[in-house]
Amino acid sequence: MVRLVLPNPGLEARIPTLGELESLEKQESGSRPQWDNKAQYMLTCVGFCVGLGNVWRFPYLCQSHGGGAFMIPFLILLVLEGIPLLHLEFAIGQRLRKGSVGVWSSIHPALKGVGIASMFVSFMVGLYYNTIIAWVMWYFFNSFQDPLPWSQCPLNANQTGYVEECARSSSVDYYWYRETLNISTSIDDSGSVQWWILLSLTCAWSVLYVCTIRGIETTGKAVYITSTLPYVVLTIFLIRGLTLKGASSGIVFLFTPNVTELANPVTWLDAGAQVFYSFSLAFGGLISFSSYNSVHNNCEMDSVIVSVINGFTSVYAATVVYSIIGFRATERFDDCFSANILTLINGFDLPEGNVTQENFAEMQRWCNASNPAAYAELKFQTCDMNTFLSEGVEGTGLAFIVFTEAITKMPVAPLWSVLFFIMLFCLGLSSMFGNMEGVVVPLQDLKVIPKNWPKELLTGLICLGMYLIAFVFTLNSGQYWLSLLDSYAGSIPLLIIAFFEMFSVVYVYGIDRFNRDIEFMIGHKPNIFWQVTWRVVSPLLMLTIFLFFFVIKVNEELIYSVWNPAYEEFPKSQKLKYPNWVYGVVVIVAGVPCLVIPGFAIYRLIRNRFQRAGDRQGLVGAPSTVSVNGDLKY
Amino acid sequence: MLWLLFFLVTAIHAELCQPDAENAFKVRLSLRTALGDKAYAWDTNEEYLFKAMVAFSMRRVPNREATEISHVLLCNVTQRVSFWFVVTDPSRNHTLPAVEVQSAIRMNRNRINNAFFLNDQTLEFLRIPSTLAPPTDPSVPIWIIIFGVVFCIVIVATMLLILSGIRQRRRSASLEFLQISGTRESLTSLGASCLTSCLHGAPTSNL
Repeated sequence: MVRLVLPNPGLEARIPTLGELESLEKQESGSRPQWDNKAQYMLTCVGFCVGLGNVWRFPYLCQSHGGGAFMIPFLILLVLEGIPLLHLEFAIGQRLRKGSVGVWSSIHPALKGVGIASMFVSFMVGLYYNTIIAWVMWYFFNSFQDPLPWSQCPLNANQTGYVEECARSSSVDYYWYRETLNISTSIDDSGSVQWWILLSLTCAWSVLYVCTIRGIETTGKAVYITSTLPYVVLTIFLIRGLTLKGASSGIVFLFTPNVTELANPVTWLDAGAQVFYSFSLAFGGLISFSSYNSVHNNCEMDSVIVSVINGFTSVYAATVVYSIIGFRATERFDDCFSANILTLINGFDLPEGNVTQENFAEMQRWCNASNPAAYAELKFQTCDMNTFLSEGVEGTGLAFIVFTEAITKMPVAPLWSVLFFIMLFCLGLSSMFGNMEGVVVPLQDLKVIPKNWPKELLTGLICLGMYLIAFVFTLNSGQYWLSLLDSYAGSIPLLIIAFFEMFSVVYVYGIDRFNRDIEFMIGHKPNIFWQVTWRVVSPLLMLTIFLFFFVIKVNEELIYSVWNPAYEEFPKSQKLKYPNWVYGVVVIVAGVPCLVIPGFAIYRLIRNRFQRAGDRQGLVGAPSTVSVNGDLKY
Repeated sequence: MLWLLFFLVTAIHAELCQPDAENAFKVRLSLRTALGDKAYAWDTNEEYLFKAMVAFSMRRVPNREATEISHVLLCNVTQRVSFWFVVTDPSRNHTLPAVEVQSAIRMNRNRINNAFFLNDQTLEFLRIPSTLAPPTDPSVPIWIIIFGVVFCIVIVATMLLILSGIRQRRRSASLEFLQISGTRESLTSLGASCLTSCLHGAPTSNL
């Protein structure tokens, strides 16, 4: 096999040798944070990986790309893409014992840009992710009342009927778009700050600050709850969901395999993207978490366990979500049918109970035959189960519209609502821990912060800064901004960063050296599976997904959906084109992290050129002399 | 003669109460939907009760206190159950204006519903809109209370963590100071003993 390694002089000087690692671990135990026990580490990693996407993105993808058949590309790409990348991040963090910026600059100073890009992406994603948590908190605060506020439309001014916007759409739509977001009709129309969302946002950032105030010392305790509670709630919902009428139709709809979808490349692309984003790779948080481990921790086993748990959670959450969706669709279908039956018996004054779902069609024919003129005047709705099952089932639409409606139809609705939103809150918060780690630690590594500043102050300032920027999302147009960032900040840059990570470790750090490191750490050399995937398969997959994604994103028209009551087809959302200045925002948000990588390399190159004139050969490491305070390495 | 009069009266009544007649209202009941198995059969006694309720509502209107049950006419009762009704004036020749009947029914809707164990949706008066009950608005919205509780807990926790962090740092700083000053002392004592042993020429025990 061609041993392709790029020349990397000075690598030995930048990283601790294998022999030093164990003593380094002992020395650092006072100054560097450490995990109290293995469970904390595993729960934190699982919490970071398992997030809102497992609940509201995977089920939709699964159902729209051939149901049970989607498992095949998902599992294949999980094994070929997710697990190798995860193992790589865990191993390199554990070996070099630094955060993302520290790791990449140790491997080669010119690669510092990769760490900085990770930091930018974590920053951007953290901004809007916590706003979603603020929305979840708003719904949570409002769940402690019976009847739930989104179960009925408010009355209009003279109390003769419901507010028009609500009557034309639905009470849950109205509550989400009007009473929560108070959404404007376009991204241009910013409006003002919505104070109730601002309060929820303040609460969300404060909770995050409390949990991350001392880094893993505090998050390690918080994850005992935030990582385990979602599974408890999912199980409760599974039991509740399966006992509801119509749950089975939802699950059947989800898992019915459609093998022809496997031939569609978009299916594979979506599966790959889902695996990638679901594992929270390239954020820098996982490298950081892994660096607090002891040297001989078995990172190989960890990566396999975390991947399996993540995959299992996706499927489990999909089952729960679709059982509830099946229930809602059945209720809607029954309501629709009852309305039709009522129309028929009212129009023809037939006794109640004569017309049922079974004999509806023949009764229709009979009525049509007996009095065609009167029959022609009757308006029937179309009741299609499949339409109801496919309505609005991904993203915020799933959580805040479809699921909340389903909850209002359950007995003891406030209880289910509280449980559901606590689950979403925990899922989001545990992912935010990883994001914060990916922002705080690189800032410390970059040495832009004075050393004597306590960690509490640094975390506080970062939280405060992000909170102030997140005011944008509390405006009337906030949800449009959030969707914009969601589509562009968290997609393409991550793919590029991940590709560079793999490339750096395998070809700049050297796969041989990496193999020796892992052999030292866990006791055996990584087997042929890891070798093949790290060297060839995973980078190729990354590149393919990135290219496809890039081509699709660049070619698609920049349009977005708005909620416009004045639209003819209201309550369907109107599709508008983004204004021109949005292109600039997209370029900044997606382009800056990507360009930082080559940008920093070039900056480094220029700096080295200028230094070549001077004395470039550094001091050769001499055997250390006995000193009073012992060997302290920063 | 009497038969002729009877036919005349019923004929007049029939004219007054007809589907889509002037001032006539259609009523629709959904007994099965509302009561399920406990649904009662709609017979003439129920109709009598209905007429009584309508007469009762009309009697509460000023100037109409003389309305009797016989002034309320029902017709076209179907299996659905639905029928039309009108309210006539004491002379039995004219029907009362729809507006009056409408306002009377609206004001007493609750009593009428309760008499039949039904609600606004299952006892429908077509063309008489029902007043919707306003949702109960507590003086302080509940969400603010929950928000206040959560936020206060978070603030208290933050304060505690920050204060304990400051205390910990102060303690470790003073410990370090003690360590350094202790080392210095032991060094000076070491140096002093070395000096004395060198001067006296005896080996020191602690080297």
